[in-house]
Amino acid sequence: MYGALWRVLPGPAWVRILILVVLFLAVLYCLVTWVFPWVDSLLQGNEEGTVTV
Amino acid sequence: MIGVVGELLVTAGVLVLLFLGWQTWWQSGVLAAQQNSAAAQQSQKYLEQATKSPTPTPTTKVAPDGTKTADYGTPPVMKAPGFAQAFAVIYVPRFGADWKRTIRESVDVEAVLNSYDAGVGHYPGTKMPGAVGNFAIAAHDTGYGNTFIDVSKLQVGDAIYIQTNEGYYTYRFRNMEYITPNTVQVLYDVPQVAGAKATDRYITLTTCNPPYHAQERIAAFGTLESWQPLSAGPPKEIAAEVGGN
Repeated sequence: MYGALWRVLPGPAWVRILILVVLFLAVLYCLVTWVFPWVDSLLQGNEEGTVTV
Repeated sequence: MIGVVGELLVTAGVLVLLFLGWQTWWQSGVLAAQQNSAAAQQSQKYLEQATKSPTPTPTTKVAPDGTKTADYGTPPVMKAPGFAQAFAVIYVPRFGADWKRTIRESVDVEAVLNSYDAGVGHYPGTKMPGAVGNFAIAAHDTGYGNTFIDVSKLQVGDAIYIQTNEGYYTYRFRNMEYITPNTVQVLYDVPQVAGAKATDRYITLTTCNPPYHAQERIAAFGTLESWQPLSAGPPKEIAAEVGGN
């Protein structure tokens, strides 16, 4: 999978590494901005902290 | 084929680790800092808006051991504010020297408890700070700033300071109980005693237990020790925090 990605990328090794770093940062940004908060909201109990009947 | 599955599994593992790292950093670092600085701003606002009314002259109270303290008499009690309105700042030195949070009316999860700039909510219908009866507040234990994660570390006699636009209310922690989530009796005027007429001024903190789960609750109880107007300056223990921001 990652091997295929490496072969598909154009240019010399340093260009490919640069592209991979940018790709990784983009993925990380999406995770932190949307995916992680969403997963977090699924994990949190809604009544946490309060007492109710 | 095997190679692809392996890479997918490794990727999933890395994602989980990233999530855990993010959660720790985000909840206890970023959110806690945001809630803290929001509380500092709220406190500053009270100091700036401090009513220009004359400072009541304290009488001197002499404790049995001879220590003298200023006594400002019966504490003033504010009216209950509107939904999700900020009305106080809470300081608990046991939770950290710089720990402070804004208190808002209502324990609504979205509007108050999950808020990035509050974290602590007041149970509507329970008393306001300084009133005879029970001033009851709630916060998350873990998540959303880990607001009350250290409630279980309170020790008898620990101070809980509430700052409002009137002054500082000093409560002292007395005891705590591990309860089920439906134990609303802790919100009674005299906590856990149905129908009793209160003569003391109580504070009750509720949060969930154990950390990272929500099967139980902790209720921590305290009573009012003293009150002083804003113009008298903050209690010594939190003086650096109140003035320093």
